[in-house]
Amino acid sequence: MIPKSKIANKLKVQILAGGISHEREISLKSARRVADALTEAGATVVIREPDGNLLTNIKKDKPDVLWPVLHGASGEDGALRDILALTGVPFVGATPKGARLAWDKTIAKIIVERSGIQTPLSITLPKETFRELDADGVLKAVGSALALPLVVKPARGGSAQGVTIVKKAEQLSHAMIDAYVYCDVAIIERCIEGTELAISVIDLGAGPIALPAVEIVPATGHFGYQERYTAGETSYFVPARVSKTVAEKAAKLAIQAHEALGLRHLSRVDLIVDAKGIPWFLEANVVPGLTETSLVPQAIIAAGHSLSQVYLELVQAAVRGRG
Amino acid sequence: MPNTTANNFDDWLDLYAQRASKLSVSEVRALFAVVSRPEVVSLAGGMPYVHALPKDTIEKSFKKLMSDRGDLAIQYSGGQGDLTLRDQVRELMALEGIKSSVEDIVMTTGSQHGLDLISGLFLERGDVVLAEGPSYVGAIGIFRHYEAHIEHVETDHDGLQPEALEEAIKRLKAQGRKIKFLYLVPNFANPSGVTLAAKRRARIIELCRKNHILVLEDNPYGLLYFDKKVPNALRSMDDNVIYLGSFSKILAPGFRVGYVLCPPAIREKLVLAQESAILCPSAFSQMLISEYLAESDWQGQIETFRGVYRERRDAALAAMKEYLPKLSTTRPDGGFYLWITLPDGIDSKAMLPLAVKELVAYTPGTAFYGDGTGQNKLRICYSFPTPDNIKVGIKRLSNVINLQTELLDTFAKKGTKK
Repeated sequence: MIPKSKIANKLKVQILAGGISHEREISLKSARRVADALTEAGATVVIREPDGNLLTNIKKDKPDVLWPVLHGASGEDGALRDILALTGVPFVGATPKGARLAWDKTIAKIIVERSGIQTPLSITLPKETFRELDADGVLKAVGSALALPLVVKPARGGSAQGVTIVKKAEQLSHAMIDAYVYCDVAIIERCIEGTELAISVIDLGAGPIALPAVEIVPATGHFGYQERYTAGETSYFVPARVSKTVAEKAAKLAIQAHEALGLRHLSRVDLIVDAKGIPWFLEANVVPGLTETSLVPQAIIAAGHSLSQVYLELVQAAVRGRG
Repeated sequence: MPNTTANNFDDWLDLYAQRASKLSVSEVRALFAVVSRPEVVSLAGGMPYVHALPKDTIEKSFKKLMSDRGDLAIQYSGGQGDLTLRDQVRELMALEGIKSSVEDIVMTTGSQHGLDLISGLFLERGDVVLAEGPSYVGAIGIFRHYEAHIEHVETDHDGLQPEALEEAIKRLKAQGRKIKFLYLVPNFANPSGVTLAAKRRARIIELCRKNHILVLEDNPYGLLYFDKKVPNALRSMDDNVIYLGSFSKILAPGFRVGYVLCPPAIREKLVLAQESAILCPSAFSQMLISEYLAESDWQGQIETFRGVYRERRDAALAAMKEYLPKLSTTRPDGGFYLWITLPDGIDSKAMLPLAVKELVAYTPGTAFYGDGTGQNKLRICYSFPTPDNIKVGIKRLSNVINLQTELLDTFAKKGTKK
C-alpha cells in the first residue's frame, strides 16, 4: 500500500525530457503525461530540454525536485544524473551508479544473475569482434551454442528499437546489423518462449514494492516499437493471467533485481515466465515509459492508485532523499 | 489465476474503417523527432527557408488587413475561396503559360488538401494511380488512404518516361485495372529534383487523353528555378489537366493556402466536397496573402528565394563531390532536393538510426515509393540548413555511409578472416 501524501502539494517540479536519442519522441510524450498528473496533484511543473541551458534553467526555475524522463543514453547512462547530483537539487529515479548498471543490459544481467536470478543464456559481442574474426564462423558458433530461436538486441537502448527475433540461422547476420545501427555492442540471447511480463517496482522510502504484473500479448507476436505505441496493436492483461505462485515469484524477482542493481524510486523489470512457471530476467528500465499506452501507468492504476498520487509521492520521496 | 480482461487501449477497434488499419505509429517518424535539436543537421524535411521572407512587409499586410477588412477576415467565407486572391492566382499561373478563369480556381488548405479532396472524389479501393517512381510522400499517403494501388512509372534525368507510361497503361488495362490518375510533380520533383522535359509533356498529355486518364499536375516548385525558366505547365496544353498550386514554397507553409485549377464539372464537385469537409478555407490566410501580393514585390521575393536555394544546392553538390564522390546524385536546376543512390546493399531506412546517432537526418528512399522499393536511395533537402550546415551534414552522412558499408562488408565476408 502506498502511503498517503503528508507533504504540501505545492512542489515545483522540473521535468527533463526530449534529448538527443532514438527515443526522444517517447520521452516527450511520457513527460507530458507526468506533467499532467503532477499538475492535477497540485504541483507546479515545467518541462525542459537537457540542452546547453540545463544548469541555467535549473538556477532560473529553482525547482524543488527534478524528474529526468529521458530515455536512451542521455537519461539512462548515469552521466546526466551525475550532473544533476552536482546541482544539489534532488531528482526522481536511479542514482548515477544504479542507472549505469541497469543501462547496459549485459552488466545488468551479470549483476542480477549473481544475486541468484535466472536470465537467458546470452553472448555479448561488440561490433569490432566481427571485424577481427571470421563473422560467419562466429555467428555459426553462437547459433549452435545458444540454439534457435534467438533474440538479438542492442546492449543499450529501449523501446525494442533494433530488436529482432531470429528464427532461422540465415537471419542472424541481418539481425546483428539492425542491432549495431543503434549500438556498437549487441546481445544475442536465447529466446525463452512463454508469458511476457512487465513488473513496475516503486519505492517511496519504505522499501521497494512490486505493482501488479502486466502481461503483454502483441497481436503480431513481437512486442516491437509499433506494437508498443499504437493503441490496439497489443493486448495487456493486468494483473497477468498467471497463478498466484508464479505472480509471487515474478514479483520477488523484480524486487530482487531492483535491489541488486541499486535502483531507486521507480523501475520496470521485464521478464518472461516459461512453460514451467520459471521467471527469467530480461532487463531493468530506470526510466520506463510513462505514455498513455506504457506499462507502468497500467500497473499503478491496476493497483488501485491514481497516477497523480503516485507521481506526487515519488517526487516527495525524492525531496525527502528517500526511496 | 486471475480472470483478467484484455486492455488494448482502443475500445473502438471493431468500428474503424478498414483503411484506418494502415495507420500505425512509425519508428522512422519517431527518429525524426531529434531534428528539432540544434545539434542535429536536418537534411530531411522539405522546409522552405522562411527566414528569407520580409517579415516587416507581412506584418504591414497583416495590420492593413485587420484595419481595413478585419471583420471579414475572421468570418466564415465562401467555399471556393477569396475572389481577389483567385484573380491573383490566375496571374501567378499565367507565368507558366496557363490561361484560366477565376471561376475554375478553388482555394484549398494547402495543395495537400486539394489533392485529398480530388482523390476523395475519384478514388475507390483498388483503383490505379500512376505516379513517378519515386513520387511525393504526401501524395502516396493520400492515395493509400483511399486504398488505391500506386503504380510507379520509371523516370530518368528528363522526368517521367513516356514509353514506360505507355507500357504501364497497356499492361494495367490488359489486367482489367481501372486507372484513374496520372499524378506527377513535373518541375524539380520531390524527391528526385528532376524536371519533365518539354518534349515529353505533350506526349504524356496525349497518352492520358487517349486512355481517359486524368492528369494531376502538382507544381509547388515551378517558380523556384535557378537559371532557366521551366517549360510551360502541362495544364497550359490541356484544359482537362487538374493543376495543384501552393503558396507554401513561394511564400510560407504556415498560411496553409493552396489552390486547384480544374475543369468546370470537377470544380463544382470539388467546391461541394470542400464545403462538406471544412466549410471554407481560412479567409484570414487567403486575405493576408492577397494583401501581401497586392502590396509587396512578391516576384522580387521569389527571386531572393531562388538565390538562397541556388547557393544551397551548390553547397550540397560541392559537399557531395568532396565527401561522397562515388555516389550518384541528381543535379536539380531548382527546388529543394537531391536524390542520392547509395552503394548496393545499403538500406537507407535501416541506416537511419546510425545517422541520428551521428547527428544528421535524411529521408529514406522507401518513403517515396508505394511498393516498398527505393531501399538504396535517400533524399537530401538543402532548402533549410545554411550552406555551412549542409557541408557538415553531408560530411556526417559520409561517415554514416562508411560505417554502414563497413558493417555490411563485415557480415558479407562469410568464412573469410580479415
